[in-house]
Amino acid sequence: MKLPKLLLSSLIAAGLMSTAGLAQAGSHSESITVVSWGGAYTKSQVEAYHKPWIAKTGKQIKSEDYNGGTAEIKAQVEAGNVTWDLVDVELSDAIRACDEGLLETIDHSELPAGADGKPATEDFMEGTLHECAVANIVWSTIFAYDKSKMADGPKTIADFFDLEKFPGKRGLRKNPKSNLEFALMADGVAAKDVYEVLATEEGVDRAFKKLDSIKDSVIWWEAGAQPPQLLADGEVAMTTAYNGRIFNAVAGEDKPFEIVWDGQIWDLDLWVIPKGAKNKDLAMDFLKFSTATEQLAAQASYISYGPARMSSAPLVGKYHNKDIDMGPQMPTAPDNLTNAVQNNFEFWADNQDQLSERFNAWLAG
Amino acid sequence: MSEVSAQQNPNAILSDDGVPLKQKLARTTRTLKWRAFLLTLPLVLFLFISFVLPIGQMLLRSVHNPSASNVLPQFAEIIQDWDEQGLPDEAVFAAFVDDMQTAKKNREIGKTIGNLATRMNYEMPGTRSLFTSTGRKVNKIKAGPYKEALLKTNKKWDNPVIWRTLKRVSRDYTPAFYLAALDRKYDDDGNIVRADELYQIYVSNFGKTLGMSVVITFFCFILAFPVAYLLSTLPMRTSNLLMILVLLPFWTSLLVRTTAWIAILQTEGIINDILVYLGVVADDGRIQMIYNQTGTIISMVHILLPFMILPLYSVMKTISPSYMRAARSMGGTPFNAFRRIYFPQTLPGIAAGTLLVFILSIGFYITPALVGGEDGILISNLIAYHIQKSLNWSLGAALGAILLVVILVLYWLYNKLVGIEKLSFG
Repeated sequence: MKLPKLLLSSLIAAGLMSTAGLAQAGSHSESITVVSWGGAYTKSQVEAYHKPWIAKTGKQIKSEDYNGGTAEIKAQVEAGNVTWDLVDVELSDAIRACDEGLLETIDHSELPAGADGKPATEDFMEGTLHECAVANIVWSTIFAYDKSKMADGPKTIADFFDLEKFPGKRGLRKNPKSNLEFALMADGVAAKDVYEVLATEEGVDRAFKKLDSIKDSVIWWEAGAQPPQLLADGEVAMTTAYNGRIFNAVAGEDKPFEIVWDGQIWDLDLWVIPKGAKNKDLAMDFLKFSTATEQLAAQASYISYGPARMSSAPLVGKYHNKDIDMGPQMPTAPDNLTNAVQNNFEFWADNQDQLSERFNAWLAG
Repeated sequence: MSEVSAQQNPNAILSDDGVPLKQKLARTTRTLKWRAFLLTLPLVLFLFISFVLPIGQMLLRSVHNPSASNVLPQFAEIIQDWDEQGLPDEAVFAAFVDDMQTAKKNREIGKTIGNLATRMNYEMPGTRSLFTSTGRKVNKIKAGPYKEALLKTNKKWDNPVIWRTLKRVSRDYTPAFYLAALDRKYDDDGNIVRADELYQIYVSNFGKTLGMSVVITFFCFILAFPVAYLLSTLPMRTSNLLMILVLLPFWTSLLVRTTAWIAILQTEGIINDILVYLGVVADDGRIQMIYNQTGTIISMVHILLPFMILPLYSVMKTISPSYMRAARSMGGTPFNAFRRIYFPQTLPGIAAGTLLVFILSIGFYITPALVGGEDGILISNLIAYHIQKSLNWSLGAALGAILLVVILVLYWLYNKLVGIEKLSFG
């Protein structure tokens, strides 16, 4: 007698739970899933975009983290089960995914005009609006060190590769992208010539040879939140990183880190909507809201990434709770651009597969 | 009908209802067989859906990649008649431009210019942007001659190698992914050659995977044999206790055991801390024991050990101790008795254990991914890379198919040498 009773009660419990699940799913239709890079960056978006939008519309946002790339988007779109509504991607990935038909196209005329009344198509910086993507920020890959451990620290990208002058482990992103550019610049290639050299077989050989010289001292990172942690733990003497992550460790957690802007590689982050997103209209509404002049400027007070709209620049002020001017912290500040290169999305769209293959073979060898 | 058969053979024994007994028996057994089959039907269906179908699909995907003909249906057909001399003629160019314009308009998943560009980029690295940028301009071409118009959008179209490669990828069935998985490729003239040394990764990794599996199986055997012997000869109470020590880790999550090894072996870990404390190594000379091959081998040996111990134990348990006593009483030295009497009887257990451990380690994924670092990764990690990151599913499938064949060949070889009927899991 005992067992059937137990069965019955568990059945009832299961039934109750499933109706509860249904009720929840009902309220979920009023929410969107926004996917970004996690850590300090997602936090800045939550403060500047998510919270005001939730307050304005009463809808909910489910925030998820990922480490870039188009694999998840492709898997979801091809399986016909798209759970992500809006994704923050790098430029080369946005172009590639758009070319493969994985993204919804975005009508630029729907974007709100700038605060100064200029239409969006003129207000956004050149190259930041694409068929399937709208840029929100300009970010940069730089390298940083802990100045409490190195009083007379590195000044140039060549110093990063100089193990004799600056002994210690190095942190690098586990991806050929940006590492090959850094290697060439450290080897004496001028920033403007980097992709020209990299387009040749000898150029790639040269970059790998330079990477070879520090290979045994490298600790590879994958998530953007790792490099500040590696520096804080003393696991590495210096590491490449996204500039906003290092800035936030300095401003938010009082870490004694120093950014070296020499040889920085800047890039865009853009919003894209995967094709067949379940809450496409709501996602579009959030996209329009978050890329408005005020929101982009507000984000810049939480993290040192430059807004993609020109009309946002005059509104960029200080760090949200400290007396730090954000202007000079941006990748686009004139002082930081003296030796800088823009990530060439076309080069990477063309060569990512082949160079990744070689990079993996090199890592394993 | 029963009457007919009864007439045919008047001597047949009839059952109660007049049906020949033989027939009746056949009918009953047939029903029984059907009933038995119906009982196994869910399992058969399950195996088919979850095992046969995905593997079949994987095998198909490794040779079947219609990206090009999906995007360029007309072109894919007529290019096959081209003799590969110089550039194709105007009709081919017209079909190409027309197909590209349709693809640009439709933006259908799996049929976009981007899909074609990705496929071409596998064969001819660096051509992706040629296709995507042409896709952006192709709608401007309104009328022929199409050859001239296309060359005007980009002079790279003047390269016959591109058209030869396009002809090759326009065929839906291709060995290209198996070639890539074996570090081979087509050269500009369409001959199969070895890939540049700097890009060779798969063959050496297959070798490494097999080599490491042999090492892991060997260590498992060396460690498991005495333990299994002890378990089978100790009195029940102590052996049960020891058995729990074997089974507890076996029941513990793989992830937990792997991360435990990270805590033990890492440079700031327990072993290094003790060595530094004892002064065996200097603080800045800590030994790197994890995130390399050593780490993979140590943790995989630990994780796979029960798969060796349990079959060995179950076989040893059935060996009567009186055999050894008899051998000894007949004058055999302890070593001789062990070698000639005891050891041969454990062979079925050894066979089962080594086969199990070896095949499991060839396809191991999580542990090398976590503790393998850069040089301790196995072939399964490369397959995962192509499925999850590079999205070259066909190449991932080809690697998987080769792995499957390697395992089947090894199994066949094993059957020849040891005999699968000798296998005993207890």
